[in-house]
Amino acid sequence: MQGNVAGGRGRPQDKFELRAWFFMRISGVILAVLAIGHLFIMHVFNSIENIDYQFVVERWKTPFWRTYDFVMLVLAMMHGTNGIRVLIGDYVRSPGKKLFALSSLYTLSFIILALGAIILFTFKAVG
Amino acid sequence: MKITLKVQKFDPEKDKKPYYKSYELDMEPMDRVLDALNKAKWDEDGTLTYRKSCAHGVCGSDAMRINGKNALACKVLIKDCGSKITLEPMLGFEVVKDLAVEMKSFFKKFKSVKPYLINQDPPPAKERRQSPKELDKFDDTTKCIMCGACTTSCPTFWADKDYIGPAAIVASHRFLFDSRDDADEERLAMMNDADSVWKCHTVFNCVDACPRNIEITKAIGEVKQKLLYDSF
Repeated sequence: MQGNVAGGRGRPQDKFELRAWFFMRISGVILAVLAIGHLFIMHVFNSIENIDYQFVVERWKTPFWRTYDFVMLVLAMMHGTNGIRVLIGDYVRSPGKKLFALSSLYTLSFIILALGAIILFTFKAVG
Repeated sequence: MKITLKVQKFDPEKDKKPYYKSYELDMEPMDRVLDALNKAKWDEDGTLTYRKSCAHGVCGSDAMRINGKNALACKVLIKDCGSKITLEPMLGFEVVKDLAVEMKSFFKKFKSVKPYLINQDPPPAKERRQSPKELDKFDDTTKCIMCGACTTSCPTFWADKDYIGPAAIVASHRFLFDSRDDADEERLAMMNDADSVWKCHTVFNCVDACPRNIEITKAIGEVKQKLLYDSF
């Protein structure tokens, strides 16, 4: 479909790109807070000396930390996936290669997101 | 001062690929790169091809890569380039010959954003009035001279020739934020195209390249913001 501007390929009235751009701004701000919090908890207040299985058990006893980690997982995966989608849009010109690259990206992102979510919500302490 | 002017040469009718040719010149530090090019062409090599017109930074004809950075040859002084100056055509366009590039696609995109005032009201007896505050909103983007330095410095444009590029967005901004223009809806629809403002990833190369110091990335950001506010 011909776009609104010369050279444009289309989706002129579509708000997808606008929403994707806005999502990147919002998720970026939230991720900055969550990731810095994560960094301090894991590497400043604690260290590899005391982070072990028991640490994870204690942390995931409360819904707060499971939600914190889930929000970070979802936003990071969506933010990163959209970033790579944009790069593919810019640099992969052949429609066939673009389809393959985007299909691979979405499949991989979904698998990582699903595995992370399953672990987060089905984790039960043993022993 | 003695300088070496190294110019990328290419004649599509004769050459298989571009090559570099050097000219040893005696120039004044306050001479411009365009003066060096003229000297090389007039005194040494009549085949050397480049565009120039006003030679005073107004017409925008002589945009090229000077030591790797897009600029106007008539605005860059020899003393600011050192004794070895490399000149190459702008990236992303087909080379017509040496430093002259084919800019048809650039102007086609520029025209497609309707870079002229659209106002259906009958013209008033005198002029369409505007306050200084209203002018401030788009004054910066009126400075564009359509040289193409911004668009051809943009990595997204190098990769994706369908991207309309910063120059066309600047032209749209100039009318989108003009209180006398009433084609906001049409202009915003154009800017919302998948190959328009959303292809700008705020690399800022265009701002570095603009010989008129237009805050291009800021202007593109303002168009994105307007699109966002209008979508609610």
